[in-house]
Amino acid sequence: MTSGLSILNLRVNVSATGNDIVDEIDLKIQKGRVTGLVGESGSGKTTVGLAVLGHARRGVEIVQGEIYCDDTDVLNLDEGSKREIRGSLVSYVPQDPTSSLNPALRIGVQILEVLETHNFGGSDQARRVRVREMMAEVLLPSDDEYLERYPHQLSGGQQQRVVLAMAFACRPAVIVLDEPTTGLDVSTQEHVLKTIRNLSSQHGVAALYITHDLAVVSELADDVAVMYAGRIIEQGSAYDIFNNPSHPYTRHLVAAAPDIAGEQQIVGLAGRAPSPGKRPNGCAFSVRCESVTDDCLGQFPQSVSISQSHFARCINIRKSETSAKPESIKLVKKASSNTVLELRNISAGYGGQSVVEEISLILGRGQCLALVGESGSGKTTVARCIGGLHTEWSGEIFLNNEKLNRGSRQRRIEQRLGIQYIFQNPYGSLNPRRTVGDSIIRPLIISGSTGSTVKKELNEVLEKVSLPSAYSDKFPDQLSGGERQRVAIARALISRPDVLVCDEITSALDVLVQAAVVDLLATLQRDLGLAILFITHNLPLVRSIADEVAVMSDGKVVEFGDTATVIGHPVQEYTQRLISATPSIARSSK
Amino acid sequence: MPIIKFISRRLGLGVVTLFAVSLLIFLVTQAFPSDPAQAILGRETTPESLDALRQELGLYRPAVTQFSDWLIGILHGDFGKSFVTQMQISEYIAPRVGNSLFLMVVGAFLSVPLSVAIGAFSALRRDRKFDTISSTTSLILAAIPEFVMGTALILFFSTSIFHVLPAITLIDAGAAPWSDPSGVVLPILTLVLAVTPYVSRTMRASMVEILESDYVEMARLKGMSERVVLIRHALPNALGPVFQVIALNLAYLAGGTVIVERLFNYPGIGSALADSVRARDLPVIQFLALMIAGVYVLMNLVADVATVLATPRLRTSLK
Repeated sequence: MTSGLSILNLRVNVSATGNDIVDEIDLKIQKGRVTGLVGESGSGKTTVGLAVLGHARRGVEIVQGEIYCDDTDVLNLDEGSKREIRGSLVSYVPQDPTSSLNPALRIGVQILEVLETHNFGGSDQARRVRVREMMAEVLLPSDDEYLERYPHQLSGGQQQRVVLAMAFACRPAVIVLDEPTTGLDVSTQEHVLKTIRNLSSQHGVAALYITHDLAVVSELADDVAVMYAGRIIEQGSAYDIFNNPSHPYTRHLVAAAPDIAGEQQIVGLAGRAPSPGKRPNGCAFSVRCESVTDDCLGQFPQSVSISQSHFARCINIRKSETSAKPESIKLVKKASSNTVLELRNISAGYGGQSVVEEISLILGRGQCLALVGESGSGKTTVARCIGGLHTEWSGEIFLNNEKLNRGSRQRRIEQRLGIQYIFQNPYGSLNPRRTVGDSIIRPLIISGSTGSTVKKELNEVLEKVSLPSAYSDKFPDQLSGGERQRVAIARALISRPDVLVCDEITSALDVLVQAAVVDLLATLQRDLGLAILFITHNLPLVRSIADEVAVMSDGKVVEFGDTATVIGHPVQEYTQRLISATPSIARSSK
Repeated sequence: MPIIKFISRRLGLGVVTLFAVSLLIFLVTQAFPSDPAQAILGRETTPESLDALRQELGLYRPAVTQFSDWLIGILHGDFGKSFVTQMQISEYIAPRVGNSLFLMVVGAFLSVPLSVAIGAFSALRRDRKFDTISSTTSLILAAIPEFVMGTALILFFSTSIFHVLPAITLIDAGAAPWSDPSGVVLPILTLVLAVTPYVSRTMRASMVEILESDYVEMARLKGMSERVVLIRHALPNALGPVFQVIALNLAYLAGGTVIVERLFNYPGIGSALADSVRARDLPVIQFLALMIAGVYVLMNLVADVATVLATPRLRTSLK
């Protein structure tokens, strides 16, 4: 065995049913190299990542395969020996640092305990020195005051650095990074990625970087493996994958990644990845593939070699190479400038501390205005003022030329219905105990509608967001993230609003679903003449939906203009920084 | 110290609560349909002696005066005299408070560690045999009212099947409850069986959630042994929500022992309350109700302080 990580023919099952979650996984990573493991949510990426540590979640078991970290055969160790290598020979960086750090323990203690567990350095003194050394390596203060903080006293980016310090503390040979930058804003993400890159090369570890974000992979990875429905369907160097994607699914992924440098429009892919036990015979991607033939339905295609180090599992590789790119959707911008929503000199704060200063914005019917900025720039606060969810503000807000009261409870029912708010997290914004239909018709019931009109409206609105009417009887937990966000949009639409306030509504979704949701919004905007305030930290996403962009920093609008101008020729240094901080495929493909 | 400020603020609120409760208690006792004088003298009495007794008990004073006299008395540490025994209430009740406190403290010391252990262990053995048995048992126990439970215990241990324990507690006036050790076993057992199911189920639910959390998985992936993961990472976080349930149940032990004490003829505040209600002994009713409310307020305060101390996020945000 060479040093680094090798996975041979790994299979992981759902214990109860014997269905595979992942199968036929072969992957090799040499010391000092980073491999990106890419796929939609549910494709089995995390399952593979955890298997590298010999760990399987509740109800799941590793049934076949071999995994070597350096020369250690991980899967053949007993539980005690597995514990010995976890955190020392192979370590794990989880997706969400906020929930992965113990809220009741100080961060210094949490770093120290991994060293203690593995008796690193031989003495307490050496371990304490090591903790400070690691804090410095991840660019955090290493004084006592800082080490005695609790996780909640740190920002998301700082928490992720603490987790990184923990993961690298015992000098592992292999490290699994499971979407470590999801949920961080672009600037923070850039810093964290830089830290990961430096640590990986300095420590000479073999890194498996799991993500759904292709742009991040292109920044960081030497090699890329693309997963779909539990199989690796394409594998090659980062250059091969981005410049010569061969599997139809990879081509979709590369096309769907928001790209700031190109003029490329975001393209959605209908349907979702089949879950374990519901996967079709033959190629699992066949149901969504546009170049599917009868031959695809027999068995899962064998690996086809495209070049020496580039493989894909598709029988149509030669044929599909020339197939056209999927059709793109362009937004129709209406010329009419009749204003729906106007903000005049809005200032807002929390407990006397000012967060938003003197902001004025105008939104016309059928227009989409993007509000872009780092987290903490005040963009969500502006949205909450508009929706009447935040009441500590001064200035004036007009809806259809009528002045609005501060809180939503002081507003008339038509005014409340006229502005609809869609939240970032579709998992938290739907009542889990109510059926989808119940949740959607809530605004109608509150405004006094009854019986048959409600039923009719419900069906209409479900059709608008492309959900089957049978979905109205489902509960939120039976839906995917994208479907839930569609439900949230339907709930907003049913009140026939003038303005839709979308607060980071795609940030919890993976790229393909993101694209589909943005497609849907664009269609609705065109068909219904909706005015949309689209709040995001993701500049590339803005290019394909917004007519105009307002860039916010520290509670002020620092740049404003039509989308092409702001992104193409940013005037402010802050905007330039936002743009250059966004990982971009075209810019960085090697 | 922020925590001192927090406690004193909550204590202030507690006093306000108790004042509201005292008002409510007074109104309720005023609304009693029957007349204490009648209850004391019985049916065969003359209107004149009834009138004289009412005068003596101060029942002809206006309601506002009665309330303010009572309140002022309490502030001076004078809780009034029992209508029936004519003893000072503090004198009459003190030994009974001691008796009830004994039941409550012993019950708590047995049931709290027991239920925390059962809950934590069920969560660890989730869906295995121990968990299924303990969950089902605790559900059944929770569904049985304590007088049924007490009666069943008496049938089992005292009368029908075994004859190992006395069916009632015989404590002489002025003697300590432990002077009749075998007599307190059944009342304590009944209380423990009444409280344990709730606390252990809450502990289990809390622990299950914590064991599924990302930071517990993370701790395992750091290579820590299951024992350390459990004691250092899971337990401290699981206890927070359990404090509240423990406090409510302890407070329940203080007030809800009425039936249990009655059943075993145990001379505590519960049976005193039952007696005084039957005799329309208003001062005693008022005093006991206020005291039980005080225990509730205090227990909730203790639980909140414990939760805050056990949760760094809350502790550090105290101002």
